[in-house]
Amino acid sequence: MNRTTILYAVLLALALVAPFGVYPVFLMKVLCFAIFACAFNLLLGFTGLLSFGHASFFGVAGYVTGNMLRDYGWPVEFAILAGVAAAAILGTVFGWLAIRRTGIYFAMVTLALAQMVYFVCVQAEWFTGGENGLQGVPRGALLGVIDLNNDLSLYYFILAVFIAAFWFIHRTVTSPFGQVLKAVRENEPRAISLGYNVDRYKLMSFVLSATVAGLGGALKCIVFQLTSLTDVHWYTSGEVVLMTLLGGMGTILGPVVGAGTIVTLQNYLASGAFASSVPIVLGFIFVVCVMAFRRGIVGEIHAFVKRSF
Amino acid sequence: MKALRTACAITAMTLGSTAMAADISDDKVKVGVLTDMSAVYSDISGEGNVVAARMAIEDFGGKVAGKPIELIYADHQNKADIAANKARQWVDDEEVDVIADLVTTSVALAVNQVADREGKEVITLISGAASTPITNEQCIATGIHWTYDTYALANGTGRAVVEQGGDTWYFLTADYAFGDSLQSQVSRVVKENGGEVLGASRHPLETSDFSSYVLQAQASGAKIIGLANAGGDTINAILAANEFGIVQGGQKLAGLLMFITDIDALGLEVAQDLYLTTGFYWDMDEKTRAWSERFFERHGAMPSMVQAGVYSSLMHYFEAIEKAGTDETFAVREQMGKMPVEDFFSRNGRIREDGRMVHDMYLAQVKSPDESTRKWDYYNIVSTIPAEEAFQPLSQSKCELVNN
Repeated sequence: MNRTTILYAVLLALALVAPFGVYPVFLMKVLCFAIFACAFNLLLGFTGLLSFGHASFFGVAGYVTGNMLRDYGWPVEFAILAGVAAAAILGTVFGWLAIRRTGIYFAMVTLALAQMVYFVCVQAEWFTGGENGLQGVPRGALLGVIDLNNDLSLYYFILAVFIAAFWFIHRTVTSPFGQVLKAVRENEPRAISLGYNVDRYKLMSFVLSATVAGLGGALKCIVFQLTSLTDVHWYTSGEVVLMTLLGGMGTILGPVVGAGTIVTLQNYLASGAFASSVPIVLGFIFVVCVMAFRRGIVGEIHAFVKRSF
Repeated sequence: MKALRTACAITAMTLGSTAMAADISDDKVKVGVLTDMSAVYSDISGEGNVVAARMAIEDFGGKVAGKPIELIYADHQNKADIAANKARQWVDDEEVDVIADLVTTSVALAVNQVADREGKEVITLISGAASTPITNEQCIATGIHWTYDTYALANGTGRAVVEQGGDTWYFLTADYAFGDSLQSQVSRVVKENGGEVLGASRHPLETSDFSSYVLQAQASGAKIIGLANAGGDTINAILAANEFGIVQGGQKLAGLLMFITDIDALGLEVAQDLYLTTGFYWDMDEKTRAWSERFFERHGAMPSMVQAGVYSSLMHYFEAIEKAGTDETFAVREQMGKMPVEDFFSRNGRIREDGRMVHDMYLAQVKSPDESTRKWDYYNIVSTIPAEEAFQPLSQSKCELVNN
């Protein structure tokens, strides 16, 4: 057993006992955002594309899942799949348009498309509930037998999905496909000269990222039984960038740590002395992170371990 | 089904209530204030609501039915998921008995869902949120909508302004469901009272340049320009109207969702003569002044109607516990419905079965800088809209708790 395996085994054990010490709904929220951030990291950290429109995939998947569960009475598994499929389709459209540009232009194109989606959601009251949000989504029962209204059952379901998503991203990154993505990130012209169809790899990466982001949104909709305009707002797109950078861009565990940190701060700062200054505290942390810990929390730990051992 | 459950519970409580001794769960009454402390609604709600809640607890003596009252509060940052998470945690882990404020409709609806879980019901005292679904399609048995709603604002301003002679209207409408419903509500009221709607310009949400819309409104020749929008959009529309000399040209503005803090931000020079409907104004009589001055000393600003509403709703809640001798959710809710709401905030108030607290509303006109003698001296109360006329009649309610 090497060190990484031990680390993952410890983390898994912690995740299994966590709901007995910490409030399960809060943990589920962390897991949903962790999936979202991991998906984003696949694009930013491993392909080098900064999308500023990921909230669309997250939110639209949530809306689709919520509608399927609430108004069409779909079983929860299919509702999630429908949400994920919607995110994948949207991701294909966004990606197809956006990968023609790079750098800041890529970010602007994704932001513009995401703003379009946001305003459609504002208008489409029949589908999104407008500014009131899509409320009262039933949680349903897994495979028709396990009642997800029980917070603990839902937690283990979400944890299982999270592990699957995490493993999926890990596999993608370490596969030959992932190697090509890294090559594109490091030096795109050279990857082209080696004969790779770079655009196709970028599009694939974009669609994968959007799809997994959608999975996060679909699960979040089930946890909170609602999806609101916040989930498609550009602010959420910014938040996922913050999570990824804070945790460590391009590290496999970084986004999970980042998501955990941000969600915890949002949750615990919300009551108490700092209640009125959550955005200020988050902004301050971001500045410190960018100035002092360029590699993010996990990145810095990696570097420290490498230096010391 | 839900209605049946509630009916059974209420009946059971009524039968049992005579024999009930002081019965306070976990030996305390815990109040949770869930509000926006850092974003756009922090002026009308925010810290001020925590101050108001604290005042209510102190004024009640810190104890109800012999047990201490505790207060916790949190910032929901206008995000429904954060609010739902906090509220769940409060109910599941921290024995919170009542959740107050809940500014922003998406937040109020989300928390109402949490407050309506079978076996874990708690009372919600919604003060900051505006939309009518809270007491219609999405009403719950233990939710009370206290301070105002869009129906009351639209209805109040629409009718009163027509009666004052403003019988031709033009709307600047935010182009989404909220703006649409506000415009159609006011249009109906205007037409019912013999007025005429000349047209409307629809602008996207979060518009910064209103000049073209204001020019269309000016060209329409309507006596009244109704602002069917909210927040920054309303402020920007008023600023643009000021630039084009709308008020000086004889047209008047009617804000359909405005608070005293908006007037404070705009300044009287810009906002003067504007009509608006409010549920509370600090400078109405001795009682409102006395409470508001105390609030001012602690908060540094005069109370918005939302903040006064939080205090009023909590006092009524405490009184109901005192009377009922228990903090059991349905018993308290029933007791609250039995007692009329009469205090500095509410006149002729009562809580209906759909959860709507109806009380007198007021049509106000913003003073000119010359009329105003001090900061916060902003409104002339033009007329009082009686409680029973101000709000949506129960017969039109879409709430499943109402037998229509």
